[in-house]
Amino acid sequence: MRYLPLTDTDRDAMLAKIGAASVDALFDDVPSDLYLKGPVEGLPLHASEMAVEKHMRRLSKQNLAAADAAFFCGAGAYRHHVPASVDHIIQRGEFLTAYTPYQPEIAQGTLQMLFEFQTQVARLYGCAIANASLYDGSTACWEAVAMAGRVTRRKRVVLSGALHPHYAEVVRTMAKFTEDRIAGARPSLTAMPDDDGLIARIDDQTSCVVVQYPDVLGRLSDLQRIADAAHDAGALLVVVNTEPVALGAIEAPGNLGADIVLGEGQSIGVGLQFGGPYLGLFAVTNPKHVRQMPGRLCGETVDADGKRGFVLTLSTREQHIRREKATSNICTNSGLCALAFSVHMTLLGDKGLTALAAENHRLAAIAADRLAKVPGVTVLNDHFFNEFTLMLDGDARQIVRDLADDGVLAGVSLTRLFPDAEGLENGLLVAVTETTTEEDIETLASALQEKLS
Amino acid sequence: MNASGWKPGTPVPSDSDARHPTVTGNRALMLEEPLIFEIGSTDTYGVDLPEPSGEASPRLGKFARKNGTGLPGLSEPQTVRHYTRLSRQNYAIDLGLFPLGSCTMKHNPRLNEKVARMPGFADVHPLQPTSTVPGALGVIDELAHWLVELTGMDAVAMSPKAGAHGELCGILCIRAALEARGDAREVVLVPESAHGTNPATAAFAGYKTEDIPADKDGRVDLEALKARLGPDVAAVMITNPNTCGLFERDMKAISDAVHEAGGLVYCDGANFNAIMGRVRPGDLGVDAMHINLHKTFSTPHGGGGPGSGPVVLSRALAPFAPLPFVMKDADSGELRLIEEENAGEELAQSFGRMTAFHGQMGMFTRALTYILSHGADGLRQAAGDAVLNANYILRSLDDVLDAPFGEAGPCMHEALFSDETFAEGISTLDLAKGLIDEGFHPMTMYFPLVVHGAMLVEPTETESKDALDQFIMAMRSLAERAKNGDETLKTAPHHAPRSRLDEAHAARKPVLSWLPAQ
Repeated sequence: MRYLPLTDTDRDAMLAKIGAASVDALFDDVPSDLYLKGPVEGLPLHASEMAVEKHMRRLSKQNLAAADAAFFCGAGAYRHHVPASVDHIIQRGEFLTAYTPYQPEIAQGTLQMLFEFQTQVARLYGCAIANASLYDGSTACWEAVAMAGRVTRRKRVVLSGALHPHYAEVVRTMAKFTEDRIAGARPSLTAMPDDDGLIARIDDQTSCVVVQYPDVLGRLSDLQRIADAAHDAGALLVVVNTEPVALGAIEAPGNLGADIVLGEGQSIGVGLQFGGPYLGLFAVTNPKHVRQMPGRLCGETVDADGKRGFVLTLSTREQHIRREKATSNICTNSGLCALAFSVHMTLLGDKGLTALAAENHRLAAIAADRLAKVPGVTVLNDHFFNEFTLMLDGDARQIVRDLADDGVLAGVSLTRLFPDAEGLENGLLVAVTETTTEEDIETLASALQEKLS
Repeated sequence: MNASGWKPGTPVPSDSDARHPTVTGNRALMLEEPLIFEIGSTDTYGVDLPEPSGEASPRLGKFARKNGTGLPGLSEPQTVRHYTRLSRQNYAIDLGLFPLGSCTMKHNPRLNEKVARMPGFADVHPLQPTSTVPGALGVIDELAHWLVELTGMDAVAMSPKAGAHGELCGILCIRAALEARGDAREVVLVPESAHGTNPATAAFAGYKTEDIPADKDGRVDLEALKARLGPDVAAVMITNPNTCGLFERDMKAISDAVHEAGGLVYCDGANFNAIMGRVRPGDLGVDAMHINLHKTFSTPHGGGGPGSGPVVLSRALAPFAPLPFVMKDADSGELRLIEEENAGEELAQSFGRMTAFHGQMGMFTRALTYILSHGADGLRQAAGDAVLNANYILRSLDDVLDAPFGEAGPCMHEALFSDETFAEGISTLDLAKGLIDEGFHPMTMYFPLVVHGAMLVEPTETESKDALDQFIMAMRSLAERAKNGDETLKTAPHHAPRSRLDEAHAARKPVLSWLPAQ
């Protein structure tokens, strides 16, 4: 077996040193009636590299890759171009095959990268301090709700109806097992989000208000107004962002009164990968809140010679120290995805991010204008960044499925996201990025025209 | 203001620097690298900026950003060099033995990386119509089949993002099952030697935790456990093999006793690498167990994630699994992704959703590639070699280091030592830092908590005998120095990119993001 270096000669010599008759004898503590005498039955035996690659390639070929379609899917996962050097760097063995940097003297590469990453995320979000990443946006959303409860010592959570339903569902699922009370809602199909309705739901028991920006329908809320209302009631404003590229074009939530900003970082450097692994970003505007944060934090210090270096710090918040009293049960972060994000963000810089965001927005506006010309199609949004909602004269889910057969991935139907909600059947969420061509937009427009006529 | 004011380019005299100072602060291949904020600028970039053609009226309204982000950029050559320089300050499995107990740092085959990057896996969206992704569902199903067969369980929830997330999934399944029979209960029992995630997980699921005492051999004290069981105990969380590196001989009896008392058995699968293909947790009475794909099935650790923690479930718990999951249709054999939009009967008792989308697909492809390469025979052999390597280390060091459970029978995949033989004033940390100078990553330190100054060594099956012999030689020398009170250990490491870092200072005055010098 190509991954096992020991030879039978090695094994014999080692068994002699141990004083055991065989490898099987080392398993004497396993009850003999339950010990398997040979490989688990009914499963294939070892295979060559060539054979495995062939098998996996066959499976991969059964999927329609985004590059081979006119592609408009978003809804929390976006297709962006990732520069070749990003993938080269994350495949360097020193990054790829390193462990969590618990031994800082020989992990300065990972640690300095995390320190840079934390600073990049904090600046992007308009916040003071970001952590070293969480699993993904949806789990970060629950962590933010839990943290708001610790900070305010309150238990009532107000979720915007236009929060990504998977994020809301993760929060509701976790809250079943704590004492948090979740007040959620469904999105109403209006050109502007119902900020007044959201503000009206805040009371003196509210620990936090959770708002997505841009929201699940691609609309933009007036965060400062919601922040003022939340703060007047003693609650925190938690802002969720699922498209970090947007922050190259729209104001950072941390500059608009948000207390906790979190989101999905997959757009920058990570890729689609059928939903994971992704990258949870998490930041706070008030440095006093840092000791209530979940997840790992990297901090600056000095070594014995006075040279600057970095370490994981404030770990008394974490499970391996605090056990049942920890701020979260999280052990790992999403280090390699954080590296991909950080490398891509370094290649972009402010100028590149701004230009990338502008190009996304330009193409999305062109798409919205073109699709609005199709009979039976209207654009819901007044405002959007690179994703907007179409209302079709027909069942959006069926149309998406039919168009997929012709190699057009038209977007995500609202029914796919909100299967139980009534009145959303005609809604289609369409995302456009720099990878979308004007030809793709034309393909979608004619395909919709054909289906709706 | 940053802590030290030091920056690259400023030589700082240390022992070796003082003898042969350099003006750059670099030392040949040991290159100092500034932060991107110190070398980049907001005008620099390393991507092609788009040249817009057609125009459309902007739709940002009053939401448009007013100021820049302040994010620094670098050109592509600078970027590649910056990160390459950083990478060389990292130890990694590709460089040498990484004997971290409980972490299973085995070789990461590069075929796994190649496969994960095939466009049909890397460039597919989680919400594409399912008719366009049968191969992705096929990967999930095929991997799920392996996990179920290897563990002797009935179902698997694939979506948890990491080991601790998997623990949460398993405990929430248990809680949902108990609540479904109107018997919520409030206590989870956890051995003192457990990973910290276990009690943290139980607390997040709304349970109180209590310790299960260990016997003198480092295993669960069966009689003490039986005495504590009762109508208030929801579950026990057992790690098997346990964190002392020992197989819990009484596992079946533990499970039977817990079931008899109306509770359920959670197994922390962090150490599954020791027993895969040799004994099945399902046969030991386990109801739920997470599997760390990044440990047992070699998806890369990546400097701290991403992990992946699917949870295998017994028949009793399967109906409570979180969405989404993949099911084979009993009649047609066709694969179906069960999620909110199409769940009927299957959804009735599911406890909810743990994450957006379907879980760590990129890790599923890597793990499946690894599993198919080994096959059922190779996995069984890997477990055997992992255990053989650990016992070889144990028996090659137990004459110079204290092995607290050395008499308790063979160890499993990891060998545990204490600081018993060290001279006054020399700590496990000192020995670990000495190991860095010898060219190895230290072992897990001060865990499990039940052993004083614990050193937990897990070599894994992918180490050659030569590598083990070199490690043993280094450890024997360090054990001798620790016993003799060698003061130079207290200032180790001496040859790493940094000398010992002041962790207390970092916590006292946290500097968590870069600020320009005032």
